[in-house]
Amino acid sequence: MTLALSELFFWLFSLILIASAVMVIWAKNPVHSVLFLILAFFNAAGLFVLAGAEFLAMLLIIVYVGAVAVLFLFVVMMLDVDFAELKAGFMKNAPLGLLVGVILVAELIGFVSSWVITPGMVSRIASPSPVTGGAVNNTQALGAVLYTKYVYFFEASGIILLIAMIGAIVLTLRHKPGVRRQDIGAQVARTPATAVEMVKVKSGESSVPAAKEKV
Amino acid sequence: MLTLLDLLHGPLKPEILLVVSAMFLLMYGVFHHDPRGGNVSWLSVGVLALVAFLIAYRAWNHPGAFDSSFEGAWVNDGFARFMKMLVLIGAAGALLLSFAYFRDVGGMRFEYPILVLLSTAGMFMMISAGDLIALYLGLEMQSLALYVLAAIRRNDVRSSEAGLKYFVLGALSSGMLLYGASLLYGFTGSTHFRDIAQAAHGMAGNVPNVGFLFGLVFLLAGLAFKISAVPFHMWVPDVYQGAPTPVTAFFAAAPKIAAFALLIRVLETSVPGISSQWQQIIVFMSIASMILGSVAAIGQHNIKRLMAYSSIGHGGFALVGLAAGTEDGVQGVLVYLAIYLAMTLGTFACILAMRRKGQYVEEIHQLAGLSRTNLPLASLLAALMFSLAGIPPLAGFWAKFFVIIPAIRTGQTGMYILAVIAVLASVVGAYYYLRIIKIMFFDEPAEAFQPMPRPVRFVLGLAAAFVILFSLYPAPLLDAAARAAHSLF
Repeated sequence: MTLALSELFFWLFSLILIASAVMVIWAKNPVHSVLFLILAFFNAAGLFVLAGAEFLAMLLIIVYVGAVAVLFLFVVMMLDVDFAELKAGFMKNAPLGLLVGVILVAELIGFVSSWVITPGMVSRIASPSPVTGGAVNNTQALGAVLYTKYVYFFEASGIILLIAMIGAIVLTLRHKPGVRRQDIGAQVARTPATAVEMVKVKSGESSVPAAKEKV
Repeated sequence: MLTLLDLLHGPLKPEILLVVSAMFLLMYGVFHHDPRGGNVSWLSVGVLALVAFLIAYRAWNHPGAFDSSFEGAWVNDGFARFMKMLVLIGAAGALLLSFAYFRDVGGMRFEYPILVLLSTAGMFMMISAGDLIALYLGLEMQSLALYVLAAIRRNDVRSSEAGLKYFVLGALSSGMLLYGASLLYGFTGSTHFRDIAQAAHGMAGNVPNVGFLFGLVFLLAGLAFKISAVPFHMWVPDVYQGAPTPVTAFFAAAPKIAAFALLIRVLETSVPGISSQWQQIIVFMSIASMILGSVAAIGQHNIKRLMAYSSIGHGGFALVGLAAGTEDGVQGVLVYLAIYLAMTLGTFACILAMRRKGQYVEEIHQLAGLSRTNLPLASLLAALMFSLAGIPPLAGFWAKFFVIIPAIRTGQTGMYILAVIAVLASVVGAYYYLRIIKIMFFDEPAEAFQPMPRPVRFVLGLAAAFVILFSLYPAPLLDAAARAAHSLF
């Protein structure tokens, strides 16, 4: 019964995933494309849950839907890209693209049909979570190896992110003159003596003081 | 359990020193308001020298030491130490070349030397990779820093264009590499080079299945992008021409060597048993690169673009040694890369000497009559050009000699043909190197160049001395390369 149910969900998720992936490139409106992309991510996450990789599923939703896809959405909405113009050359290049596609598909068919799984491969396939104990779920299992066995890769990824950050700052940060920035030190250092000016105004006269620029 | 202290005492010292000091210098640059980056640049050169000292110290005390850490994901054998020294020399040379350039054209940022350091760390990771994940992460660490370096003169259209082109094509090649890596993992069940070698060996009749080969081809395509071998060379001329000249010098020197190290390590440690399968790919890339490098450079007017094609061609020659697949062949590749490094740094030092009134010029005809305005520079550049062309007794001749001989020694007909093509390509290539010499010595003199800044003169002097005097005392380099190659087999 549960098997049948999970199979049902597998087909459901897969079908919607493929359909929304097709719609990502099919949709005329780029905003719709991004929304279909988000739908595709959700269904892929569902597939991960079925495979017993709930951590990856959550990661997919938090990172891809929460951050990447929303960023895409912002970019697509903010940039005024004329997609009709971009697609103008489509028909001209279609035959060549089709040819490359057909060759690739033929190669893939040849490749899948000769698929031989190496002897000894089955024993090497990692299970979703370590078999020992059985009480460890795969988030815990990932945590256990991430900072021990894979700490080298983890730290290397950290350095890559640092480089990305430095790069973004180097290429885009501009110190424009004349931009007013908040100077917290100066704000805190203000005293009543420097900030407030007492002006005596006679009744019935204008109260505009002599123009004094003090920031 | 590893602790931080263990790491500091462990064999990983050079890498840790490199990364930690890069971060320290970053903090220094940010908080000390050093936008021109003078101190950071010099400190970076110091860091590179210190790292080189650590590696040399290890090699001196334990010549054949084989260090390995993180379950074999990081290996440091003689080969890795040799390549790391070359990369360090390349990085330090490129940094020395950059000081005066950025002072003249402006746009120096303290992040520049830091990115050089971080990309060097990435190259170290590539050179020491014993695992597909380490391979990929090292490659990305290196390339990401290089994309930024290419575009570091962000107000310059060509520099931005170079950065963008490099980034897009680099991302494409990373995608291919990852696809190949995932197939290799899928068919062998391991990301570890040693296990992959075992699995490849265990396949029926020593002929690996199609999926495995498919993955290997994609992996090689990704790596070919990084060593700029034909047919994955399209980005090279534009990027070399557009990037600031010292950055181009860095591109031509260090990353190319690191990518070669990675290619050699992948081929010789993860798929050595099936060399007949990958040999054809290497032979094809080698022939195509040599021919394209020689022929396409003929029509170039811009000397940086010419050096780009020259670099493609030299990559092809180095591949000849790898195609031979023997220990001698790999030794030849290592010697080739060391000599290529010296020739490249020397030539780029000369290119950086081409400035008039604080403006850098890059056209070949502007070298006209250099022998009458600046004879020392003209004769050193002539020596470098003769060496690049492979004229004896300069170092460039021996470089070609040591890759072609192992190919002939294999005794295979295909290798004979490869060797003949290599010699013919070097004859064709000699034309454009000699043309530069002709322009310098026999054309009507143009206006004199400004005197060279001291660091540039230093790099040029060292490189030219190495190139000219190599044949007098070649033993140290040959021995070191032989030991390095031996540690792989």
